[in-house]
Amino acid sequence: MENTINITLKVWRQNGPKEKGRFETYKLANVSTDSSFLEMLDMINEQLVNENKEPVAFDHDCREGICGMCSLYINGRPHGPDDDVTTCQLHMRKFKDGQTITIEPWRSAAFPVIKDLIVDRRAFDKIIAAGGYVSVNTGGVPDANAIAIPKVDADEAMDSASCIGCGACVAACKNGSAMLFVSAKVSHLALLPQGRVEGARRAKAMVAKMDELGFGNCTNTGACEVECPKNISLSNIARLNREFLSAKLQD
Amino acid sequence: MSNLLTASIGRKLLMSVSGLFLILFLFVHLFLNSFLLLDGVFGFERGQMFNAGVHFMGTNPLIKIIEPVLALGFILHIVYSLILTLQNMKARGPQAYASGKKTSGVEFASQNMLVLGIVIASFLAVHIINFYMKMKGFIAWEAGEVEFPFLGNMAKGEDAYSLVNATFKILPIVILYVVGSVALAFHLSHGFWSGFQTIGWNNTKWMPRLKCISNIVAIVLGGGFAVIALAQYLFF
Repeated sequence: MENTINITLKVWRQNGPKEKGRFETYKLANVSTDSSFLEMLDMINEQLVNENKEPVAFDHDCREGICGMCSLYINGRPHGPDDDVTTCQLHMRKFKDGQTITIEPWRSAAFPVIKDLIVDRRAFDKIIAAGGYVSVNTGGVPDANAIAIPKVDADEAMDSASCIGCGACVAACKNGSAMLFVSAKVSHLALLPQGRVEGARRAKAMVAKMDELGFGNCTNTGACEVECPKNISLSNIARLNREFLSAKLQD
Repeated sequence: MSNLLTASIGRKLLMSVSGLFLILFLFVHLFLNSFLLLDGVFGFERGQMFNAGVHFMGTNPLIKIIEPVLALGFILHIVYSLILTLQNMKARGPQAYASGKKTSGVEFASQNMLVLGIVIASFLAVHIINFYMKMKGFIAWEAGEVEFPFLGNMAKGEDAYSLVNATFKILPIVILYVVGSVALAFHLSHGFWSGFQTIGWNNTKWMPRLKCISNIVAIVLGGGFAVIALAQYLFF
């Protein structure tokens, strides 16, 4: 049998980047506990459209936790009360009947609000772009077994590569630091021989861009690691520090 | 190497290296403080070990060289902590989360390093006035001259032990020292492993090890200073 709950939503509304924002409260009845959080938001938007009001703007795309597009700071936590999932993978069964759910955009100086719950995360794209290219040999296809890579390194590189760049780390960080994101991006290439060629240049360029865009300084509190939907490890930050400092020492 | 300090990780490196250096100093400090309690164990008269220790620290040329370096370590650590915190507040943005922060499993100390640091710095100011300024002759005090064994001979010097002992007979001061020590313990429980993380000496294997060592360092140093102050108040 399907369970339904009635909830109250406190949603951040902001008309544009320069406008002053405010919270608005909406009541929503008969939400299936089997529905996803974003389906619930679709319901509220349908309700708002029927009342001739402007729907709530929020980011979403794949709705299966791999694109990194959905965000939302829900009841005190990025991606909501469940662990290791993105907002789109969050189910309404994680909420109780009659509960008030507060929904806010990511808060960080480097992620300005565009509208309502949508923030500008192009800063992450700029950091990725600063990372630059990876050298690839031309010619025939090399034998896949030509370069042996230890299983541990391969696993760790894959774990780091699972970062989807959603920005939950920055949203959770009391310092507004992007170190978990940058360290994951530097690590998944630094751990593999193909990525070593530009390793030093990449670490320096990405950190420089991160600083330039106004992200904060990491103090290793570890809130990012807890809130990361992809379980990116804090040890990546140590690797980034190592990569960056040894690159700087060579200059 | 150029413009290392303009990078966030460079500034963090400065915090890390100065912090770890200050921890080394704290171990030396605690070692000498332990002399306050150990006269009985090694068969000396009360205060002789500590007075000899103070005499050594006051006369050894190596200590005279390291003293300004230590002061520089404190200044760097404090100044950069303020710079980094201001930058972080700016990066965080003016808008706080209305629904608060409910992320679980984040160390208390790691979120409150500045506050703990301010408590320690305030304690440090009182501590310097209590002892350092007097032993170094910046503030006048009635230093009785005493004899104590020193490197195989007998030496004469100020009776620093009596000053410490008399100071630790005042209950509010003892309470202040215990509070300062507890703040220090919390500060170090995060600061020690975080320092290694910043240098880059960490990975998934070393993370639990460093955190464990961090807690031991915090308990030994923070607990040590607190216990010595309390023991002086209660038993000496």
